[in-house]
Amino acid sequence: MTGKDKLPVLATPPQTPAVQETPATTPATAPATTPAAGAATLPATIARHEDETKAGRAGAAARAVARPEPTPESPSQGQSQGQSQGQPQSPSQSQPQSQPQGPAQDRDATARRILALHFPHFAIERWLRDATRRGEALPDDLPLALATDGPHGPVIHAVNRTAAQAGVQPGARVVDMRALCPGLRVEHADTGADRAALDRLMLWMRRWCPWSACDGAAGLVLDSSGAAHLWGGEAAMLRDIEGRLAVLGLTARSAIAPTHGAAWALARMGGLREICAPEALAARIAPLPVRALRLDADTVLMLQRLGLKTVGDLAAVPRISLARRFSRAALAQNPLLRLDQMTGRLAEPVNSPDDPPRFAVQSRLAEPVQDPTPHLPALCTTLCETLAVAGFGARRITLTVYRSDGEVSQVSAATSQPTRDAAHLCRLFDGRIERIDPGFGFDLITLAASVAETLATRQTRLDTASDDGTGIARMMDRFGARFGTQALRAPTLQDSHIPERREAWTAAMMASGAQAPEATATRPLPARHVRPLRLFSPPEEVRVIYAVPEGPPAQFVWRRVTHRVTRFAGPERIAPEWWRVPPGARLRDYYRIEDQTGQRYWIFREGVDGDGRGAHPRWFVQGAFA
Amino acid sequence: MQHPATPASGPRDADRTALLRDLAQRTGTMTQGYGARGHDTTDQDIHQATLAEVFAETVTDAAAVGFVFAHLEARSRAGKPLLWVQDRLSRRESGQPCLAGMGDPALLYLEVSRATDVLWAMEEGLRCTDLGGVVGEVWGNAPALDFTATKRLALRAEAHGVPAWLIRRAATPDLSAARERWRLASLPAAQDPDDARAPGAPVWRADLFRARWRATGQWVAHPEAAGLRMEHGQAGQSLPDTGPARTENRAAG
Repeated sequence: MTGKDKLPVLATPPQTPAVQETPATTPATAPATTPAAGAATLPATIARHEDETKAGRAGAAARAVARPEPTPESPSQGQSQGQSQGQPQSPSQSQPQSQPQGPAQDRDATARRILALHFPHFAIERWLRDATRRGEALPDDLPLALATDGPHGPVIHAVNRTAAQAGVQPGARVVDMRALCPGLRVEHADTGADRAALDRLMLWMRRWCPWSACDGAAGLVLDSSGAAHLWGGEAAMLRDIEGRLAVLGLTARSAIAPTHGAAWALARMGGLREICAPEALAARIAPLPVRALRLDADTVLMLQRLGLKTVGDLAAVPRISLARRFSRAALAQNPLLRLDQMTGRLAEPVNSPDDPPRFAVQSRLAEPVQDPTPHLPALCTTLCETLAVAGFGARRITLTVYRSDGEVSQVSAATSQPTRDAAHLCRLFDGRIERIDPGFGFDLITLAASVAETLATRQTRLDTASDDGTGIARMMDRFGARFGTQALRAPTLQDSHIPERREAWTAAMMASGAQAPEATATRPLPARHVRPLRLFSPPEEVRVIYAVPEGPPAQFVWRRVTHRVTRFAGPERIAPEWWRVPPGARLRDYYRIEDQTGQRYWIFREGVDGDGRGAHPRWFVQGAFA
Repeated sequence: MQHPATPASGPRDADRTALLRDLAQRTGTMTQGYGARGHDTTDQDIHQATLAEVFAETVTDAAAVGFVFAHLEARSRAGKPLLWVQDRLSRRESGQPCLAGMGDPALLYLEVSRATDVLWAMEEGLRCTDLGGVVGEVWGNAPALDFTATKRLALRAEAHGVPAWLIRRAATPDLSAARERWRLASLPAAQDPDDARAPGAPVWRADLFRARWRATGQWVAHPEAAGLRMEHGQAGQSLPDTGPARTENRAAG
């Protein structure tokens, strides 16, 4: 049962998409070779589909294992359409300049259907979605803004609807907007996470058509040529896309046009779900303003000063004078190149990145079994061999068992560093497979590396001892498998003088992974500021006898035990961080005290009597000294 | 550094300890080990990493934590992180480690709910030789923490050379295979040289009530920059002077 013939490798090798690149170069230049290229390409495409139909057993298996294609005939449809017009343009072609200019005249450059998506509130909607997932959903009527660092203090990056109605504008400084809207809540804008989320969304969009790419910070572009009829036409496809994105909590504006430039402009400045036919292109883009040309702000300003307000104005200018004026300008400052891209005179194919490689192996059993444990080592070994061939290591592995009555269960484990050590991966499932309810047994087991990263082979030392840190990474993986990936934490010092904010308890797996928070140099405290060995979090309130208003503590009752203060040091006054907390926060006076039994504690009084920030001050125990 | 002049300590002993200390300062070979196996030696090989148990006399007292950390501090300074495992009740009743007070060591912290998980995590940590030490805090007399479990920890610690410490609170010393068993409590601190009203450097009472490779005894422990200094008795302290002729017992962490 554990024979290797039972373990077909389901990974799509990373070079497979090269199949789609083959018709890219040859037919455009040499039409004589077109039939040959088509004949060479078609069997490869079919072979690939055979692979996939072999791979997919159930619907879930097919989704986990192979890339979801709309239907098998979509690439061939695209192909036949391209061939019927004689110019199969490649979507993965990246250098439009390399196209020979000769045949460009007789080619119909507007044959493709480019779909552009624009997310006007991407950053704030992603933040709200994350907050909801964390259980910190913000009520709709509270103003919220995300801020990034600017040269003169934080700058508003994105706002929610309430803040926008209050007059908060992106691009303005946070202090100015606070004056306008005092209740504004400001959070850090994580542009890196936005970018990563957009990348994931870009891959997710391939459910509609196989070629998609990111377009700016909040936009996507899809080449939907030949895919729209599968969704009931272009209008229905756009409705479907917007509906599904709305389920994700994303507002999207979409448009379909023959060229990338036109689709980009119509998604942002056109009507609702606008669809532009090739013959209507010139008429439709003429009234658009010049900023629809994806030019930078300076160029737009200059064009407006020249009196060229719309694309139609620009198109009416003699081409030779524009070419002379902007001959050396880069693409973002060159109205002529941008205009050519919009009208289709200059090709701008969608440069769709390859799918990330997927690694999965499966074991098909002759009859249902109750326990997958004996099959696990063979599965791990095969998976690791596949990973090693591709030069990848697994960061997260998922074991899926398919029960004979149709139920599917999953167990997954994460690793802190990419690894392809079969024994280690196998150990991560220790004690977790028992939690799967076997029912009447299962007959198919799949092991997939659901997250994989490149892992170069390297030798760090000559003897057989373990590498530096590898042992700790393995230990983290086992802790993560048993207690959850967030359980093991690596505290680091932060630049704050508030004791509980002085240390950040980040998950150790995050700290060792790629998204590690950048280490900030923390200023050491002065030597006279002694800190305790233990912290109580949260601080525990105690009843204290002290000389009002600012005297040292004389006696306190904590956990029903009376402690008499024999010696004390202090107070050490720690003021609240006024730039973070609401204005009513009170200062703290810390005392280092020793009681009659010789135990030493760190207690503080919150506020001073008569500071106008609340009632009588309260006392807390926050720490214990050695 | 104080030299208590008890009558039992002859000039010869004082010479010998002074000589040893001088030697250690010059060569830097004095490592952890406070007279392992009943000798006032500084031999590195004698003291091997093993499992030790520390009972805190008071729940909220941080003396036990300070004592354990004083032993592991040098290893964590050498770049090897410490694994610190707490069960939930220990954290709630006695707090969590404070990085600023420990001098920013490399620390990996794990909070689990049951004593069984503490022991499992300690075992997994002891397998990893890149760790500087493993500390576990267990609340009460947990049924999982029996002789077998401690024996497993001790053997694994000795096999991999990673010291393991168990800190126990609200517990009575039951059957255990820990090679050393201590009882720790805070004593009134030393005088602060700058402020007569303030507590100064910490002082602990360390009671070694069970040990495998050495004689038991009671000490007054002073954590210092160079390590842990342990003395029999102190002026003003009423400690039973149980030790024999040994007067001072020093350990550098």
